[in-house]
Amino acid sequence: MENLLALDNIWLALILKVGLLLIFFLVVPLVVGYEEHKVLAHMQDRYGPMEAIWHGVGQLPADGIKFLQKEDILPSAADKWVFALAPGVALVPAIVVLAVVPLGPGVWGENLDAGIFFALAVSSVNVIGVLMAGWSSANKFSLMGGIREAAQLIAYELPLVLAAAAVVLQAGTMSLVGIVQAQAEFTVAGIPMWYFLPQAGGLLLFYVASLAELNRPPFDMPIADSEIIFGHMTEYTGLRYAFFMLAEYAGMVVLSAITATLFLGGWYILPGVPPPEIDVLFIPGSVVAGLIGFGVVFGKVAALCFGMIWFRATFPRLREDQLQRMSWLVLIPLAILQVVVVAILKVFPVGV
Amino acid sequence: MPTLPKLGLLKGLGLTLKTMMTPATTQAYPHVKPDLPPRTRGVIALMDENCTVCMLCAKECPDWCIYIDSQKETVPLEGGRTRTRNILDRFAIDFALCMYCGICIEVCPFDALFWSPEFEYSTYSIRELTHEKEQLRQWMDTVPAPVELEIGAEPPSEVAAGLTAARKKAEQQAQQLAATSQTADGSTTDAASAGGEESGEEEIHVEAQVDEERYDELIADGVPERVARAKAKAHYVRSERKRIRAERAGGESA
Repeated sequence: MENLLALDNIWLALILKVGLLLIFFLVVPLVVGYEEHKVLAHMQDRYGPMEAIWHGVGQLPADGIKFLQKEDILPSAADKWVFALAPGVALVPAIVVLAVVPLGPGVWGENLDAGIFFALAVSSVNVIGVLMAGWSSANKFSLMGGIREAAQLIAYELPLVLAAAAVVLQAGTMSLVGIVQAQAEFTVAGIPMWYFLPQAGGLLLFYVASLAELNRPPFDMPIADSEIIFGHMTEYTGLRYAFFMLAEYAGMVVLSAITATLFLGGWYILPGVPPPEIDVLFIPGSVVAGLIGFGVVFGKVAALCFGMIWFRATFPRLREDQLQRMSWLVLIPLAILQVVVVAILKVFPVGV
Repeated sequence: MPTLPKLGLLKGLGLTLKTMMTPATTQAYPHVKPDLPPRTRGVIALMDENCTVCMLCAKECPDWCIYIDSQKETVPLEGGRTRTRNILDRFAIDFALCMYCGICIEVCPFDALFWSPEFEYSTYSIRELTHEKEQLRQWMDTVPAPVELEIGAEPPSEVAAGLTAARKKAEQQAQQLAATSQTADGSTTDAASAGGEESGEEEIHVEAQVDEERYDELIADGVPERVARAKAKAHYVRSERKRIRAERAGGESA
């Protein structure tokens, strides 16, 4: 499938792609943030933001403006350069990952052959930003948060990668676009089906592991506010803090988009139903399909993020030992089993 | 080995989802006035006519937030020695200090202090939170009517005294009437029964309800909700009493 922005002038195409990705990166995390505000509030029997513009839709931009005005405090004992760079290091991977995630038919930055490998590798750079923040803040809470985060990311990176590896095995490609297309051709007993059915265990593993990767409750031990203030973000104020928050929501969007791509058929409306290519006035059908597909991906991302918020509202935080135990004793063995089973079925297919 | 996840996880998810689906109980305050109980402790009102400057409230106040200034005035009395009377010059409550314990209201022996449910008097300056006598007097308009007595409760002593006096007077009048009319014709029984009914009036008990029509009328006139509710209740009780009285009178005549 061709990229919609595959223009002859590669520089124009590049600028357009980067511009659109930046817009996506700045808008969609805010939408997910608004979703979190509202869903969490209603789950706690309250309204959430209601004043900014209409039903609080302007709350997050308003918060951003507030963060801009705040004093940018640099602790005197902090390692200045590292402290200042950390939010950027945490934020940039999210944008870079977006470049390879397909957001619709023909709507992606670059269709890499090693797409999923690239996405997972780059998204783990995020932890370096967190460790930098934790170490350079010269604050015991930040340091503990940073180290907890590192331990957690090492533990949960494995089930995440293994669950993705099982999907790669089944699809026979590492390209994210290729995985979506492989899902479109996959059938169970003649009925088109996405990978969430054969890879149900993998979906669960991937989802839980991505919650832990993002420090989302119930895996928010590294930023457990009731014991270590706010982990690596304790000393941050103003725009730098806002960057960390944006990185969290962007991470939610990115990992949800990858989950949707790996298990939920990407831009396909239903299993075997691609977005229709209809010409509307002067807009060509491929662009219309791209827009509809983008809407479908966005809907799936919103639904997956809803699950993350739902878990946050429901489950209490795991203790550090429970957290490690869960990963090493439950998720990783299950993930390895999943990979083995998929590999066996790939070599000796049964009735597919 | 960790234990397996149990059904509780799903139950929890169900609970949060159910809460999300039910409407939130939040009252969007500045847009919607809160539905407060009528005896809410909002602000303290002063009926300065009742104040005798006994200083009990100021003395009992745990925060010392009541300021009272007064002077003595001699009142010449005919046929006796001159008396002195306390004149209240200043009565102020500093609501920045007040902790709304209500001890001053409890301790006031002359019913000069009352709770009012009004609470919207925040200011930009802490000085404006010291309410002077005039402002405290204005809060009196927002004090709800006293609680109705329980069924079978003794009436307040002053009301009881007034009632017995009125009854005595009525009896005397009835006797006089009987004495004068005995010579004219034999309508003694009528007068007696009328007297009896009058004394029985007080015993008609009506369960208080808000009279919807009257309430809507009052609201349309721009009366505050709380006041309107109280007035509508009083109206209902009054009209209901009248109706019962009329019924009884009708029944007796028939």
